[in-house]
Amino acid sequence: MGIILTISFILLSLMAVGSAIMMITSKSPVNSILWLIVVFFAISGHYILLNAQFLAIVNIIVYAGAIMVLFLFVVMLMNLNAESEPAKNRRMLFIAVISGGSLLLVLLSAFMTMKNTHPVMMAGGNAGLIKTLGKVLFTDYVLPFEISSVLFLSAMVGAVVIGKKE
Amino acid sequence: MDIKYYIALSLTLFSIGIVGVLTRRNAIVVFMCVELMLNAVNLLLVAFSNMHAASTAAKALPTFASDAQIFVFFIMIVAAAEVSVGLSIIVMLYRNTHSIDVNFLNRLKN
Repeated sequence: MGIILTISFILLSLMAVGSAIMMITSKSPVNSILWLIVVFFAISGHYILLNAQFLAIVNIIVYAGAIMVLFLFVVMLMNLNAESEPAKNRRMLFIAVISGGSLLLVLLSAFMTMKNTHPVMMAGGNAGLIKTLGKVLFTDYVLPFEISSVLFLSAMVGAVVIGKKE
Repeated sequence: MDIKYYIALSLTLFSIGIVGVLTRRNAIVVFMCVELMLNAVNLLLVAFSNMHAASTAAKALPTFASDAQIFVFFIMIVAAAEVSVGLSIIVMLYRNTHSIDVNFLNRLKN
């Protein structure tokens, strides 16, 4: 059981990181969006490994489904392709990669030498089941849940107001 | 699986997002990199919640470990609202400048 979980973790991590790198390096915005969808599916696989089934499904429906379709829709609407990509500054690119890489190096070296770490419980527990989360959401967190509907309404009105032609 | 491998994975995805924001000038790709960073943080929150679920405090209170996952759910809600407004701003940028280069964002002020 443990070895299968480890292999799936490694495969999903490689899939997520590789697709993320492909996303920021591909020229066409449509390809970037498709690679980002692959990243989201890999992260959903991680959620399933962690037994967070509700979040896995919500991640696929909301992110890979709704948000990415919205992105794709906007890109198609603007008729963007690789030729319309703004020209890149070589020096800026170099500096950005160096600074991002050093940030990653510092953070990784800080966290990987941590002394007392704990194992993550995989494929067990009922913290992420829909039953448990639904109970918590509709008892303890019912007010934020209702407020988020107002947030959606204001976002909808804001998007219409910003997007309409003057 | 130890928690530090999840931390390493999340940090890698987050740094890839940062490099993308710094290198790309296409506004849509920059926005997508922000989404990637949000997702890296979400993954870390879920991993920490499952690390917490194994502790004795979580066993005493059955819904104790679910709070982080509710938090991730609300982050997803806010991200969905943010994407709708942000994409409409990008559409307006394209309508005004016929380009989605982030360097032209200053032309939206008048």
